[in-house]
Amino acid sequence: MISVPRGTGRAAAIVVVLILLGAPPLLAPYMLSLVTQALIWAMLAMSLDLILGYTGLASLGHAAYLGLGAYSVGILTTRHGANFWVTLAVGILLAALGAAIFGLVALRATGVYFLMITLALGMVVWGLAHRWVSLTAGDNGIASVPRPRGLPWAFTDTLSFYYLVLVAFAVAFVVLWTIVHSPFGKTLVGIRESESRMRTLGYHVWLHKYVGFVIAGAAGGFAGVFWAYYNGFVSPADAELATSVEILLMVALGGRGTLYGPALGAAMIVLLKNVVSVYTHRWLLILGAVYIGTIVYAPEGIVGLLRDRLKERGRVA
Amino acid sequence: MTRQLIVTVLAVLVLAAGTLPAGAQKGPIKIGVIAPMTGGAAQAGKDMTNGLQMWLDENGNQITGRKVEVIIEDSQGQPNVALTKLQKLVERDKVNVLVGELFAHIGYAMAPKVDEYRIPMLYPVIAADDLTQRKPAKWVVRTGWASSQPSHPFGEYAAKTLGYKKIVAIGIDYAFGWEVIGGFQKTFEENGGQIIQKLWAPLGTTDFAPYLSQIKRDADAVFALMVAQSSLRFPKQYQDAGLKGKFPLIGGGTTFDEFVLPSLGDEAIGGMTPLQYSAALDTPINKKFVAEYRKKYGKVPSYFSETSYTSTRWIAEAAKVVGGDVENREKFLEALRKVEIPDSPRGPVKLDAHGNPIQNIYIRKVEKKDGELWNTVVHTYPAVSQFWKYNPEEFLKQPVYDRNFPPCKHC
Repeated sequence: MISVPRGTGRAAAIVVVLILLGAPPLLAPYMLSLVTQALIWAMLAMSLDLILGYTGLASLGHAAYLGLGAYSVGILTTRHGANFWVTLAVGILLAALGAAIFGLVALRATGVYFLMITLALGMVVWGLAHRWVSLTAGDNGIASVPRPRGLPWAFTDTLSFYYLVLVAFAVAFVVLWTIVHSPFGKTLVGIRESESRMRTLGYHVWLHKYVGFVIAGAAGGFAGVFWAYYNGFVSPADAELATSVEILLMVALGGRGTLYGPALGAAMIVLLKNVVSVYTHRWLLILGAVYIGTIVYAPEGIVGLLRDRLKERGRVA
Repeated sequence: MTRQLIVTVLAVLVLAAGTLPAGAQKGPIKIGVIAPMTGGAAQAGKDMTNGLQMWLDENGNQITGRKVEVIIEDSQGQPNVALTKLQKLVERDKVNVLVGELFAHIGYAMAPKVDEYRIPMLYPVIAADDLTQRKPAKWVVRTGWASSQPSHPFGEYAAKTLGYKKIVAIGIDYAFGWEVIGGFQKTFEENGGQIIQKLWAPLGTTDFAPYLSQIKRDADAVFALMVAQSSLRFPKQYQDAGLKGKFPLIGGGTTFDEFVLPSLGDEAIGGMTPLQYSAALDTPINKKFVAEYRKKYGKVPSYFSETSYTSTRWIAEAAKVVGGDVENREKFLEALRKVEIPDSPRGPVKLDAHGNPIQNIYIRKVEKKDGELWNTVVHTYPAVSQFWKYNPEEFLKQPVYDRNFPPCKHC
């Protein structure tokens, strides 16, 4: 791990927190909902980072958990009038259950094979969303998902909903941060660096990977719950391969194995997709250039690049 | 002319001053457009914006003397992006009216939001039946069609005029496919026909060999509902499998629409489909429309182009009724619902009480003329409603068409 001058990181964190807390009332509702969207994708990217960045398992099926969380909300609110806490619990549990089943299959493989199996498993969830019409309304999707019910606040306006998502983001960040900095988190990094060495040291490698995989799935479901409430709409597009790829790119762009890197990557992609496309229909070219630039000049992502720069400056000074 | 000049000069002055005097000449009428400009459906999105722009160009880019500003946003074919763009157009650009989209699920996603924003939105393409049947939205005005609308008369035509008794249906496995085939099955079977097999291929299928080999050999014809890339591949594979000579190929309108015809070869000849538009429609207004469109964009207009062209005129007609006061949204919406266009390129159009266009349905046959494929109109069903000959209340009691409804009794 590269060490960064401690003060810089802390100062940056404080500034970010202050902006997230204080700036929103000044933003136009449209910009604010983009920021809300960015926070939700940031949660997803961070959850994937747990297995991709810390454990070294590149999954192409992460949208499945987004889908499971989102469909829990869509189905429970529109058919059964469920309140927020029920949908949250079911969303997380269902995603965790999905990950628990998928993990049994996927974790037998590593590298490219792991990528392929997770891709296939992700498609299973997409297929269910698409084909199980009586439950999911199929291709048409579930519309008119209400804002969260059963909370002391209605969260119908953009600003209050933003703060709800901000709280969720903070919870997700703290939980994931605690996990990756716990002894368990260190074993995941150990597995990433050398599985055989960890095994020799007496760790049950498979079990550690499995637990990490399930936690990542549950966290993905957590984000999915807010995604459904945010859009008011759930469709198979939430669980499709393109979404999985996008989450993967967010992590790679921001810098895997850092948590805040993927969050930054998610924010950048959401803003690029929505803001740049307002000015030009060739926005995909710009997005592509950003990806290529990242791979060529910053293989460790934006955060990795910044850390290297800071470290160099630290040396010179 | 002088008045227009004065208005323009005034508008420029007002804009230059940066303020709008209350009650006096208002700013431009803003039309927000949401369409897929990137991704798999980008070309269809382009046809839509072309049609819209063409009407505006022909009419001096103004409606009731007010300048028109068009803001096009790319939905990227994704519901969540479309929703974000919708919010942007409403809150940031403050558009007066919205037009857009292609995909049914995006239509369902946007409808409740459009009702929330209370800005009229025209759906020129999205055909999902329930948008004007079981799940209508107050602020959504459909100017296109309902998926099963052309299928109803075509089912009758196939049974009575073409004399088919047994038909195998093969379709793309999603809501649009179910509705097109469901509508066809209902009227075909009520007129004595039998659907003896239904085959469903996933969205995006390009290799149909596994399906074609299953087709029951006692069929009189095959009804195929294809879209986009599947439309491009299916007719060729149908011919290569040796089926073309044995079973006539009929289908849904999108199987052979003008969007795919230029990319197809002789394998498409003879294919019969129904739709509310054909570029080969032999009316002076359509001939002029097709000629102008070709001159401007270098290709034959598709139904995407026509419906967007007509939708723009639709906005203008409604704006005329309210004297250009599109800011009075309730009134403007009411006017939009009452628009009647007797002479659009597709023919006469007006809305029924449920908000779906009543329009001609053309039974079309692919023919080759001067080296090009055209959808020659062989029969016209005038003023067809989405409910066909049924009583709307009775019709709405049945569920929306899906993979298993109507049930396949003769399979």
